[in-house]
Amino acid sequence: MEIKHGAMAGTLESSDIMVTILPNPDGIQIDLTSSVEQYYGDSIRATMHRTLEALGVSSARIEAVDHGALDCTIQARLTTAVRRASREEVAK
Amino acid sequence: MRKLCDTLRTAMEKAGLQNGMTISFHHHLRNGDYVLNMVLETAAQMGLRDLTVNASSVFDCHAPLVDHIQNGVVTGLEANYISSAVGRAVSEGVLAKPVIFRSHGTRPSDILSGRSHIDVAFVAAPTSDPMGNCSGKYGPSACGSLGYAFADAQRADKVIVVTDNLVDYPLTDASITEDFVDFVVKVDAIGDPRGIVSGTTRMPKDPIALKIADYAAQAIDASGLLRDGFSFQTGAGGASLAVADYVKRMMLERKIQGSFALGGITGYMVDMLEAGCFKAIQDVQCFDLRAVQSIRENPNHMEITAAQYASPTAKSTAASNLDVVVLGATQIDTDFNVNVHTDSNGYIIGGSGGHTDVAEEAKLTVIVAPLSRARMSIVVDKVLTVSTPGKSVDLLVTQYGIAVNPARPELAEALKAARLPVKDIQELRQMAVAINGPAVPRLQLTDRVVGQVLGRDSRVQDVIYAVK
Repeated sequence: MEIKHGAMAGTLESSDIMVTILPNPDGIQIDLTSSVEQYYGDSIRATMHRTLEALGVSSARIEAVDHGALDCTIQARLTTAVRRASREEVAK
Repeated sequence: MRKLCDTLRTAMEKAGLQNGMTISFHHHLRNGDYVLNMVLETAAQMGLRDLTVNASSVFDCHAPLVDHIQNGVVTGLEANYISSAVGRAVSEGVLAKPVIFRSHGTRPSDILSGRSHIDVAFVAAPTSDPMGNCSGKYGPSACGSLGYAFADAQRADKVIVVTDNLVDYPLTDASITEDFVDFVVKVDAIGDPRGIVSGTTRMPKDPIALKIADYAAQAIDASGLLRDGFSFQTGAGGASLAVADYVKRMMLERKIQGSFALGGITGYMVDMLEAGCFKAIQDVQCFDLRAVQSIRENPNHMEITAAQYASPTAKSTAASNLDVVVLGATQIDTDFNVNVHTDSNGYIIGGSGGHTDVAEEAKLTVIVAPLSRARMSIVVDKVLTVSTPGKSVDLLVTQYGIAVNPARPELAEALKAARLPVKDIQELRQMAVAINGPAVPRLQLTDRVVGQVLGRDSRVQDVIYAVK
């Protein structure tokens, strides 16, 4: 999928992750801020890379603010953000 | 003799406060307290240095304490609980000397035995007369019980009462009395009432908290302790409060006449007293306005001192008469050790308070906690800090099941007979890992000790290291 414009998914609530996705000229760039960085930081980044690959996204910039979301939540929020960002019309 | 001083500074000068002395505070004004900051500000103006602050608890409103540490006015800190604002600075190494953590019972024990000496004690008194007969029950800053301040008043070399509600001599319903008080100071306000007590204590609606509470209440019932003469302590936090609601319903339904409720007291405990569940409340600290009103008006709602509450060296205490206590945990390990001092990143975010005391004393100690909070497993292989040793803990109740300390096989049998979901604590640990995913901890602490956690024997039970 192609990232055509910026989009967001998720919230800043505990156990959720807020994902902002933006077009990126070259490759995947992930900026993660996580309350559980010391325990799950690498795991969260790996999950995001896997999810983007499965969705066929090869170029995007991701800004994610995590408050302890589970893997399934991370996948769901990122997938939603990607779908919103790849729609033709800009979401209002 | 004239005790009334025009200013706090005059009182502090008359008390002979000097460099290197230990000053003490109590925390009934909680996050609304002005007195600790006021005293340290005055000490800084007087040019004093190298003071040790011994406070029963330190809250976020005491953040200016960090500045006084940085500028050398304060070089020692002892407390039973330090919330995150000051806790973060301590964890980052602001103090050269380690903080000494005690429990609410060990603090008065050490003060009364002389092990922990106080030069000047400051009593934040919502009402006082000019001779220092004082009370927390009356006045615009009313906080209810003054339980933690008694040992300080009894043993400090000098005692200064700071009040914003000076009344005519004699205050008839005084808690701390004039025979212990050296000086009295009237100030504009000792605290912000909005931070002193919360308006109402809310019952949680969170389904996980309610499920945990339901299991906990059933486990208490299955233990056989819920009968006439029952005594009970529970916290003010989410699931703990909900346990009280379930216990109350069972007591009313079966017409069980309990003996007493203990602890920090919320309006919910007052409701139970008034509904006839208990004959008395033993109150070391009030958490909300309803508790303050009740301790003022209901003779069965009694103020107790911290020593009377839970001192390990007292001849007997309310805690030593306690049947059941429900407590929380930030972490609990597979040996049932509980951490309430540090978060998963190693920062100081609290302390024992009365946790360690009542857990050791009560016949049944129930820890209520969700299996995880925001992906961090509460059940861990090893706690970062041992606040309450596992031998004091009988049950861990989570939304996925109840773990019974292997030292209590008869309790496990009773719970199984009541068809409660008894699980090995290792099984709960594995469930947490399965849900959250295996963590790869990169947490690194330094080898510098910033906190010593004293056990109930007043010896070092564990240490807290500085974060990187």
